[in-house]
Amino acid sequence: MSAAGAFHLAWQYIARHRTQSFLLALALGLTLALPLLASVFVRIAGDEFRARGEATPLLLGAKGSALDLTLNALYFRRRGMENIPMKQAQTVRATGLADAILLYVRFQSQGAPIVGTSLDYFSFRRLRIAEGKMITRLGDCVVGARVARARGLKPGGALYSSPEQVFDIAGVYPLKMRVTGILAENHSADDAAVFVDVKTAWLIEGIAHGHEDLVKAPDKVVIEMQSGNVAANKSVVLFNEVTDANFASFHFHGDEGEFPVSAVIVVPRDVKAQAILLGRYQDGKQGVQLVRPAEEMNALLATLIQTKRLALVLLGALGVIVLFIAVIVFALSFKMRRREFSALEDIGVSRSALMVVKLCEVLIVGATALFIVALSWATVIHYGATWVRLGAA
Amino acid sequence: MISVQRLRFAYPNGECALSVDDFSVLAGESVGIAGPSGIGKTTFLRLLAGLLVPHEGEVSLDSQAHSTLPESARRKVRLHRCGLVFQDFELLDYLTVEDNVLLPMRLAGALDKSIRQRARELIEALDLAQHWQRLTSELSQGERQRVAVARALVHEPQIVLADEPTSSLDLKRKHLVMDLLADYAKARKAALVFISHDVELFRCVDRVVNVEDWKT
Repeated sequence: MSAAGAFHLAWQYIARHRTQSFLLALALGLTLALPLLASVFVRIAGDEFRARGEATPLLLGAKGSALDLTLNALYFRRRGMENIPMKQAQTVRATGLADAILLYVRFQSQGAPIVGTSLDYFSFRRLRIAEGKMITRLGDCVVGARVARARGLKPGGALYSSPEQVFDIAGVYPLKMRVTGILAENHSADDAAVFVDVKTAWLIEGIAHGHEDLVKAPDKVVIEMQSGNVAANKSVVLFNEVTDANFASFHFHGDEGEFPVSAVIVVPRDVKAQAILLGRYQDGKQGVQLVRPAEEMNALLATLIQTKRLALVLLGALGVIVLFIAVIVFALSFKMRRREFSALEDIGVSRSALMVVKLCEVLIVGATALFIVALSWATVIHYGATWVRLGAA
Repeated sequence: MISVQRLRFAYPNGECALSVDDFSVLAGESVGIAGPSGIGKTTFLRLLAGLLVPHEGEVSLDSQAHSTLPESARRKVRLHRCGLVFQDFELLDYLTVEDNVLLPMRLAGALDKSIRQRARELIEALDLAQHWQRLTSELSQGERQRVAVARALVHEPQIVLADEPTSSLDLKRKHLVMDLLADYAKARKAALVFISHDVELFRCVDRVVNVEDWKT
């Protein structure tokens, strides 16, 4: 009996029934792959969350869910949390115990979060400019590597902030931002964000604005002119782009200490300073909370691991069921092909040769299923961290 | 080459009871089996092939008792020394003409260049050259029957047992197939036993046996 001959016959059968065979292999492969993928995915998610959490010593934000505050600040989410006034950051700085890096994440540009921050953020996260230069003035932005790649952005280009609601005519107007630089890829949530100075974020919000010089404006624009104050009507031209020509006209209204920020990254000078700060904010009298992201991430991971265990048990049971079904499918298939095997027996093909033919068919389907497992595994290994970052955002 | 002595056989329900006292086919001889439908012609051919075992008596091939051999040994004899053409052809629909013809030798591990060459020649002789790479499921009944004939002869067997090998063929191709089988038997000194309802075809065989004579 020839093993090559048996394999040839098995291969021919599989090739002529490729759709059915592939579906069977796919069902087997995915069922076998799921527990493995779940395990790998949770490990990747754990590594990703832990690394990002440990790289951020403390976070100051509005009271509420500490986990939401952490995920919002680390992955630039824009949901579920109140803003805090900027003076909270000034208070932290005034203690002399820590640096405070502002984060204001409310707006987006075609899905990419616009992160209002300060230049300290880039050195804190070790973000490097790959092309162009850093933000130099109001209205400038630097773009994360993935956003730049996806939209083909280059220094000197421009992008717009997206309106929050299409029909909100009284809401935030899109601001055209000048791209000054592209960040080098650092395989984190920063790759998918657009970074601006926090003042630019406030400009998008409408706290600041620029318009034509009312003193030189036509009479029809001016409603009332008193000493030092000029009141204009709605026909005054507001700028939706900061340029060298109109830069000087942009100005803020109100108390800067009350301007909103989403969170403040607090970087204590040392361990002792960190302990003192945590103690000061423990009672919650300041109306804000100071959290340790690493702790929040570890708590999240503990929940994930518990869920993973449960999922593995369920997927394991599912795997056994699918294997059992596969055995039945093969058995029924061989039974339905009894006439074919009987023809081979009539010609004189031995029973052992027929067994090898059947075994080869099972092995080919099994090997395809294992290939699907390997492919799925490689995909999760390659893209898992990216999916985690996108999922977290 | 083929010898049958005092053979007795009946199916468990008593149908097709056969009693053959003496039957033999010499090397190079062609024998036609005649008789009405349901009389036991196919059963007799299956007994010769070792697919059925007689209740009494013996079937010998080349002076070797074939019917008393174990199942595995009988299969080996069928695979290597017999060429069988079945009434319903017994081809695998998902294989091409080439693969069907070469299948027994491929599974036996005996496939070589000469077998491939012989398969080509047979397919050409049977007017099927243009179908070499087509699936047998795409062929007509007559074409399938000729593929079955090619498969039976490809390994140059010493014994050819054909059950109505021309039943689905037109007159021209009936003669083509019968001439091929008879010429093969003569040229290779092989024993040819074939069943047919077509009296015309018995002209090219050495003798004809009527199974009705063997009914108990």
